[in-house]
Amino acid sequence: MNLTLRIWRQQGPETPGEMTEYRVSGISEDMSFLEMLDTLNEELILRGERPVAFDHDCREGICGACGMVINGQAHGPERTTTCQLHMRHFDDGDTIDVEPWRAGAFPVVRDLMVDRSALDRIIGSGGYVTAPTGSAPEAHATPVPKEAADLAFEHAECIGCGACVAACPNGSAMLFTAAKVVHLNVLPQGAPERASRVRNMVETMDAEGFGGCTNTGECATACPKGIPLTGIARLNREFLRS
Amino acid sequence: MVMASATRTNRTTRTPAPGRHPSSLASLWRSSVGKKAVMAVSGLVMLAYLVAHMLGNLKVFSGPDDINGYAHWLRTLGQPFLHYGWFLWLARLVLLAAVLAHGTAAYQLSRRDLKARPVKYVHQRQRATYATRTMRWGGVILGLFIVWHILDLTTLTVNPAAEEGHPYQNIVASFSTWYSGGIYCLAMLALGLHVRHGFWSAAQTLGANNPRRDRGLKLAANGLALLLTAGFLSVPVAVMAGLVR
Repeated sequence: MNLTLRIWRQQGPETPGEMTEYRVSGISEDMSFLEMLDTLNEELILRGERPVAFDHDCREGICGACGMVINGQAHGPERTTTCQLHMRHFDDGDTIDVEPWRAGAFPVVRDLMVDRSALDRIIGSGGYVTAPTGSAPEAHATPVPKEAADLAFEHAECIGCGACVAACPNGSAMLFTAAKVVHLNVLPQGAPERASRVRNMVETMDAEGFGGCTNTGECATACPKGIPLTGIARLNREFLRS
Repeated sequence: MVMASATRTNRTTRTPAPGRHPSSLASLWRSSVGKKAVMAVSGLVMLAYLVAHMLGNLKVFSGPDDINGYAHWLRTLGQPFLHYGWFLWLARLVLLAAVLAHGTAAYQLSRRDLKARPVKYVHQRQRATYATRTMRWGGVILGLFIVWHILDLTTLTVNPAAEEGHPYQNIVASFSTWYSGGIYCLAMLALGLHVRHGFWSAAQTLGANNPRRDRGLKLAANGLALLLTAGFLSVPVAVMAGLVR
């Protein structure tokens, strides 16, 4: 496959950036999107140019490190992470636009890398669960209803990639915060801090400069882990009852 | 989880103290989620009023005496506990508060939303449904329409007939002009779109939605939007078609 790439290049947080055009050839349709970028970077290094910076780690779709907006869609045309997106979803001769996550709370570090530590600070403000330390507790000491366990697992799937923020027209982190709040608030282990957790996390979310939710639904459509939009309703309920 | 990046731009972030929060309306108003709740509640108040308003409007089809009598009855409502016209003024006060709260919250939230995405994407894609994308401008259009509507049929400032206490004659006179009928019809279409996204959105914001209810709530929102738009539109259409004169 031969492709034309238009990639956002930006030296550093304070310098202006622009879309730059590159041509890559000999791309296999079995390559992942990141492997395609690796191919480009090898060529750039051989030519003595600065390679394109992008975040990546596990390349298995479970760590949440990689992420870029491909043709206007977070993680590209398939509902998966960028590392698990394969080139077979593109056609020979395509022009592909690659941009970093765009949000005021996610400053660009370089090229396609953004600083997503605002999400870490939201988690941090949620605090810890009150759990006894020492030997493992007896398994039946705290029964968890099946429904609560399923709900917690569903929301615990969030890998914090930030696709929801990137896809949201308001750069809102509501789906991310909802995933974290619901995950802990529906379990008996998270119950004692239920009210303070949701209030602190929403407060940090606002302070970090994320936008508000207009129930557009773009976040849940982009989420590679399928966190449901109704999770936001649950977050709102937790917040209002606190 | 999120990879710690090499460089951090120096932005100071206030980390809230755990567990200490004054539970007040002010703190609710300060948070984005709280402001959304205010929008949802004020929106639902206006929606409830609109249903009553639309049903009242349909009396135009049973003749001048019926709707003129109904308008008079609205002013006598609550008597003798309330004086003549007081009920109407109370309703207007509640509605004014709802409109102001709704508009202020919408303005402040919109500013925050626009600031949260300072750099736009180069590759733009059509996002969301038409109803969702037109919420902000649709709201502004509805706000302007309310001003026109009050000048036309409440204060009668711009009404061609302007007969106090005779709404039937005023309605017919107003909708007999092309501009008044046109403005009204356009505004009602905007209202339908606004309610379509707004009702479901309010349920979501107030935490009433869940996977089991989602479909039902969306259907209810569409039904309500359709019913309101059709009900309101029937009056100007009937006047312009010469069925009500």
